[in-house]
Amino acid sequence: MADLSVNFSGIRSPNPFWLASAPPTNSGAQIHRAFENGWGGAVWKTIGAPVLNVSNRYGAWRYGNEKMLAINNVELISDRPIEVNLREISDVKRAWPDRAVVVSAMVESKPVAWHDVIRRIQDTGADGIELNYGCPHGMSERGMGSAVGQVPEYCEQITRWVMDVAKIPVIVKLTPNISDIVMPARAAVAAGANALSLINTVNSIIGVDLETLEITPSIGGRGGHGGYAGPAVKPIALNMLAALGRDSIVRGSGLPISGMGGISTWRDAAEFLLLGASSLQVCTAVMHYGFRVVEDLCDGLSNWMDEKGFATIPQVVGRSLHHVTDFKDFDLSFKAIARIDQDKCIRCELCYVACNDSAHQCIDLFDKHGIASPPTAYDQSSNGKLEAISTRPTVVVREEDCVGCRLCFNVCPVENCIHMLQVPSGRPSVTWEELTQKQPEVAEDWKQMERYRKKMGIQIH
Amino acid sequence: MINKPSPHALQELLPPLTVNEAITESARCIMCFDAPCTHACPTHIDIPKFIKKISTGNLLGSARTILESNLLGATCARVCPVQELCEGACVLGSEHKPIAIGRLQRHAMDNLKGNKIDIFHPANSTGKKVAVVGAGPAGLSCAGELAKLGHSVTLYEKRELGGGLSTYGIIVLREPIEVALTEVAMIQRLGVRIEIGKEIGIDPTVADLQENFHAVFIAIGLGHTRALEIPGEEYVLDGLEYIERSKLEPSQLRVGRNVIVIGAGNTAIDCATLARRLGAERVTMIYRRTEKEMTAYPHEYDFVKREGVTFRFLVQPTKVHHENGGVKALECVRMTLGDPDCSGRPFPKPVPGATMLLRADQIVKAIGQNKTSLISTLNLKTEGGFIHINSDFETSSPGIFAGGDCIRARGSASTVMAVQDGKLAARSIHQRLVNHG
Repeated sequence: MADLSVNFSGIRSPNPFWLASAPPTNSGAQIHRAFENGWGGAVWKTIGAPVLNVSNRYGAWRYGNEKMLAINNVELISDRPIEVNLREISDVKRAWPDRAVVVSAMVESKPVAWHDVIRRIQDTGADGIELNYGCPHGMSERGMGSAVGQVPEYCEQITRWVMDVAKIPVIVKLTPNISDIVMPARAAVAAGANALSLINTVNSIIGVDLETLEITPSIGGRGGHGGYAGPAVKPIALNMLAALGRDSIVRGSGLPISGMGGISTWRDAAEFLLLGASSLQVCTAVMHYGFRVVEDLCDGLSNWMDEKGFATIPQVVGRSLHHVTDFKDFDLSFKAIARIDQDKCIRCELCYVACNDSAHQCIDLFDKHGIASPPTAYDQSSNGKLEAISTRPTVVVREEDCVGCRLCFNVCPVENCIHMLQVPSGRPSVTWEELTQKQPEVAEDWKQMERYRKKMGIQIH
Repeated sequence: MINKPSPHALQELLPPLTVNEAITESARCIMCFDAPCTHACPTHIDIPKFIKKISTGNLLGSARTILESNLLGATCARVCPVQELCEGACVLGSEHKPIAIGRLQRHAMDNLKGNKIDIFHPANSTGKKVAVVGAGPAGLSCAGELAKLGHSVTLYEKRELGGGLSTYGIIVLREPIEVALTEVAMIQRLGVRIEIGKEIGIDPTVADLQENFHAVFIAIGLGHTRALEIPGEEYVLDGLEYIERSKLEPSQLRVGRNVIVIGAGNTAIDCATLARRLGAERVTMIYRRTEKEMTAYPHEYDFVKREGVTFRFLVQPTKVHHENGGVKALECVRMTLGDPDCSGRPFPKPVPGATMLLRADQIVKAIGQNKTSLISTLNLKTEGGFIHINSDFETSSPGIFAGGDCIRARGSASTVMAVQDGKLAARSIHQRLVNHG
């Protein structure tokens, strides 16, 4: 069985799953229960400046039958007195010496305020500190949270203040509400931080109530932007995680990264590990289903690692990073076409309409005699399940015209029904970078491009 | 005398979907393109379209989508054999559960009823007058479609209430009477005048209609239940009357303790269900062929068995035993299957001497309806006793169109087929009146 334990910049935990700094880590009682359920660690809900919260602080995006594809919140940092939090942190750490107890902090941008909070956290016996430079709402209006994370210079300055007094590992948590995630990460590296974590929530408005025309959720008739999290943000998080992994300065620093942003299943977890995260934080999945979700996170990850022959988490971390490149490095000679497994096809024709309306019109319908059959070809007097099923056309890709865009693959509701089949293009392997270095005119003049295409036998559909 | 039936005995079998159920179920629909459910529906309702509208909360638009193809969408949502039609063709049926199309349709239609909104309004008057004979599903559908197009429609009905079998012949477990009457009212609000107590051939005559109207649509359905032609038949109740009483005067319906239902079609199943629900201790359905040949839908057969009804196959009634005006038993003869008859099914033959006596205190027959004798008085070309029509639903007499069960020489008769007939006939009539006015 795979060893799931991690040593994250000196912070040890029996598995890589930590609760993210958020409502599930609001109190000692909650974290006790989380640890009883098997969580490897917890990042305490941010402590720091005094705050007051409001009602209707969470909004959710429902899509189809998914009740909480994403959650949005305007909850602030911990609204419990800092002394109470510190006492409970100390109690939890004493009770759970093998778990990671990390404390998130956010105070006013003054050296004395930061020095003070860091010292008080260290006195609790906590394993590490996470600097919250990410909350996009409320705290940012007071010059904290993402107001810091969005300005690399502030990020670096405050991290330096922290590192002046820090005796335990310090993690800098990055906000995704920035044009280039690499910049604040480099700032943290420059300031001597011990680790990074990402992503904090994405700035968002969840919706508008069509009855009242107010923002959802309505806080006494008002509403505004809040932090967006949950399954819907996972692709954004993966991209930012990979961006750090590909940056020579961040990667060269060797700082470990705690990954988060929509991790709901062990599959998500494995993907974050593969793109370079070496501990994982979870919030929305717990807010939806409770602490119990950790069981399958660990079990599924462990089984997958066994199947793949990974014995430890470090063996997984970053294993897919070398596959990530820019467009200019993609092989232009790579060719794939869609092929439909007729035995699995349920004849919903979703691939047909997607291809016909939005792609390259290369999926055809054929009747049982192999004759092209336009939609709604049946006689109006025809009805009944037997006629409807027996006359349902076959859906076939016209492979010579298929550009391999993969839209049909994505809309198909049946597992493994449409395959993207790699086929020889007959062209030598070349990237855009290589091509345009040798023949810059191709990128500058459409006529030259046309000439190149003709020579290579590339047809545009 | 019999067990007191539960006050819920005749409640609609399937409860309405809750809003949450409807949204969850509608979100399950994968929105097939050129969907097979739409093909399978005889009226070709754009099913993915109306289901998508439920999922987006556009219930008014959903109801409109249904009604555009089928004015009797509320009835069809309840009485259609969806397992044989839309749901039977659902692509999710092969590996999962088909979408509950019937119940979703009912959800959209019930919402409309609750809101008392009229979706359609008549177009400007064309000045053309059309007579429609028979206010069953075919007649209502045709009348409504013509009224939408601006024609002046008079609907003649011999019974007191419109709706035809939806009102009189479908047990309330499947369709409460108000559903059918709401549809009749909707057709009336489109401007259709309904004259009740009018029987074609007597008042008005066909000649009257031809004289006073630019076109006529005949949808007179079928006639009475067939005769058994056995001694004591007068003690046997007519299945359709049995159902009718359960709907219109439920307190007057006497149900036996030990009931025999003769026949194995869908009406027979409804009679047996009623008897069980209203307290009969024992209900036996008898059929002269076997379960393979029975005309009831497989899902109805399964249903009635779960209701506690028992079956005796290969049994044919020969005589009703009665005493003091009450039924005592049904004498039957055992049958064996012979060569196929004209329906393609093996013809049952009596086994000589193999008679039996089945005890019963009530016998109901539901062995199919005769073609209505009215047809012979109309001077129209017929086909096996049904009115002959061409592809435009026009009879041998120009300007007289027909549809519904009275033309159903082939295929199985159903409400939804009748609705489609009415709709298509209305299109033909409209073409005729507009182009040749």
